[in-house]
Amino acid sequence: MIRKPVSKPAKGIDPSQRTVVKLVRPSKPDSPIPSYDMSRGSGSERAAIPLVTGKPWGDRAFKNLTAGFAGLILLLAIAMVWELWLAASESVSAMGWHFFLTQKWDPVLDHFGALAFVYGTIASALIAFLIATPFGIGIALFLTEIAPRPMREPISFLVEILAAIPSVVYGLWGIFVLAPLMRSHIDPFLIGWIGKPLFAAPSTGLSLLSAGIILSIMILPTIMGISREVFQAIPRGTREAALALGATKWETIRVAVLHPSRGGLLGAVMLGLGRALGETMAVTMVIGNRPEISANILGPSHTIAAVIANEFAEATSDIHLSALAELGLVLMGITILINLAARILVWSTASRLQTAGDDS
Amino acid sequence: MMKIRFSLAAFLLIPSALSFALDLNGAGSTFIYPLASKWFSEYNKKTGIKINYQSIGSGAGIRQLLTGTVDFGASDATMSDEDMKKGKYPILHLPATMGAVAIVYNLPDAPTGIKMTPDILAGIFLGDIKKWDDKAIMALNPGMKIPGQDISVAHRSDGSGTTSIFTEYLSKVSPKWLEKVGKGTAVNWPVGLGGKGNEAVAGLVKQVAGSIGYVELAYALENKLSFALIRNQSGQYPLPSIETTTAAAASAIETMPADFRASITNMPGKDSYPICGFTWILAFKKYDDAAKAKTLVDFLTWSMDEGQKMGPALHYSPLPPSLIQKIKVAIATINENDPKTGVQASKGD
Repeated sequence: MIRKPVSKPAKGIDPSQRTVVKLVRPSKPDSPIPSYDMSRGSGSERAAIPLVTGKPWGDRAFKNLTAGFAGLILLLAIAMVWELWLAASESVSAMGWHFFLTQKWDPVLDHFGALAFVYGTIASALIAFLIATPFGIGIALFLTEIAPRPMREPISFLVEILAAIPSVVYGLWGIFVLAPLMRSHIDPFLIGWIGKPLFAAPSTGLSLLSAGIILSIMILPTIMGISREVFQAIPRGTREAALALGATKWETIRVAVLHPSRGGLLGAVMLGLGRALGETMAVTMVIGNRPEISANILGPSHTIAAVIANEFAEATSDIHLSALAELGLVLMGITILINLAARILVWSTASRLQTAGDDS
Repeated sequence: MMKIRFSLAAFLLIPSALSFALDLNGAGSTFIYPLASKWFSEYNKKTGIKINYQSIGSGAGIRQLLTGTVDFGASDATMSDEDMKKGKYPILHLPATMGAVAIVYNLPDAPTGIKMTPDILAGIFLGDIKKWDDKAIMALNPGMKIPGQDISVAHRSDGSGTTSIFTEYLSKVSPKWLEKVGKGTAVNWPVGLGGKGNEAVAGLVKQVAGSIGYVELAYALENKLSFALIRNQSGQYPLPSIETTTAAAASAIETMPADFRASITNMPGKDSYPICGFTWILAFKKYDDAAKAKTLVDFLTWSMDEGQKMGPALHYSPLPPSLIQKIKVAIATINENDPKTGVQASKGD
């Protein structure tokens, strides 16, 4: 029953299929072996014959088709940057470097400075990152290493369901539940115990911190999900080796699980950060929408995505629209930079690991 | 070859079928949308004409009108002279309805109806007046129990016609506001928190004690918020309401310019509520498609007669009758000169 669909994709993808299986589900020690057997049992000789005759046009067509898809993505990205650049040109020539160096955003006087929005975007994403990282990785560790087997799937399902909630619902929850809670309990506590400059009165509940908290909940599933995959990709033998050497549970986790998965965890966290940077609706509902740079994270702030969503529809002057397009370009730049940084970090840790003799 | 020709024919048929189904397309103001959609459905019941309207914001509506994507726009703010030149034909501003902006606040233990002068209001939104028991407020409201709470300002974070009316009013009554902030659909607010949409500002005011904000009248009434009484030009403190808004428009008629691009904030007359404004339908003076022009003229005329009666139930203020007469004259000028050129041009499409 299983054989038929397996034999159809034919020989060419056999090796890659094996590695995929190996990467995704190695924690179940029995699974790689039957699936490996299965692909061998599909009959390599039988599949090889149609493949030779089909190669000339079938392979080429498939190659061209998929290359076309990939190229289309590239084209789309270039076209988007190009269009944004065209739309932003008026603001670029009018504001020049002042766009990046000033924080006054005044559509009436046609003065547009992006600094406060850039600050708010990065600060809110950073707060989210600081809160969500320990939780995300902690939950993933608990689920793969500590939790009893029957608990794992339900908990991970519940966390993943967080990703399915629309962001406007998070925003409403933020306005009606989180903001009052912050205003009446958490903010006064922070002001009293830690105080200035990070936590200063007065608190309205709508703040950089509230936005960061909402964002942290929104990126938690991303971080948790990928971390869990990463931990599961570590061969069981590594853990067993650590245990056999007399390591305790915690030492095993530290040496055999956390250490070799540093690269993957970085990737998980950076993906979460990337998501936090671009979030719009939930953030604009709780951040207070005030473009200013202040060390006080209980004060209102503003983000790039939020101001575009807020002002685009009613922007009447050309330069205002153009400045919003330039903000879009800036946001794109920030996201690309962060993703690049993540890639470089992952590569460098991966290569270091390889030279150290570990394999992942 | 045959296949290609056939599919080409099918391709050409689809758009023409669509344009037959949707007789008019409009876009713009979100403020007028509840009233406008009522109009369109009632008008459709009566005449069978379909009007499609996208409530995407006044600014976006203006842009779509200028590029010719829609047949008419709707805006809470007047178009600039510069923008008006970008249209294919001259553009008419036709007042369609009116809205009032209520100043709402949340002061526990204090009743509704705190009186304010324009100076006090500007002072609060400029950040000069920081406490509710400020001397100026206390002097104007003797005998009222006003706590010494910090004032927290709430404003719109999204560009909006409500903001446009409010800042236009403040610019008119306060030289300092005009110099420091100015008027527009989005401005650089000296103080306060921003909420996206009337509902968010109303929500902020409802939640935060000591807060003050501005929302469309309907939101103040529906959320049962306390509202301030603002002194008008005649020294009176009228309640923000449908009637006082219509009164403001009525007292503006004498000074109304021929193109209706008028502000009706801070109007004289003892019943005139000072912070209100028109929503305009923006239409071209000429359409290449004469049939379309006639459909639009018929609809606009209907909106002045039957349409105005539907306003109050939805918290919109009807236009004063004397103004309606003037607007009807303006509506009648659409394509009145030479409809024939229109027919020729439409052949070219």
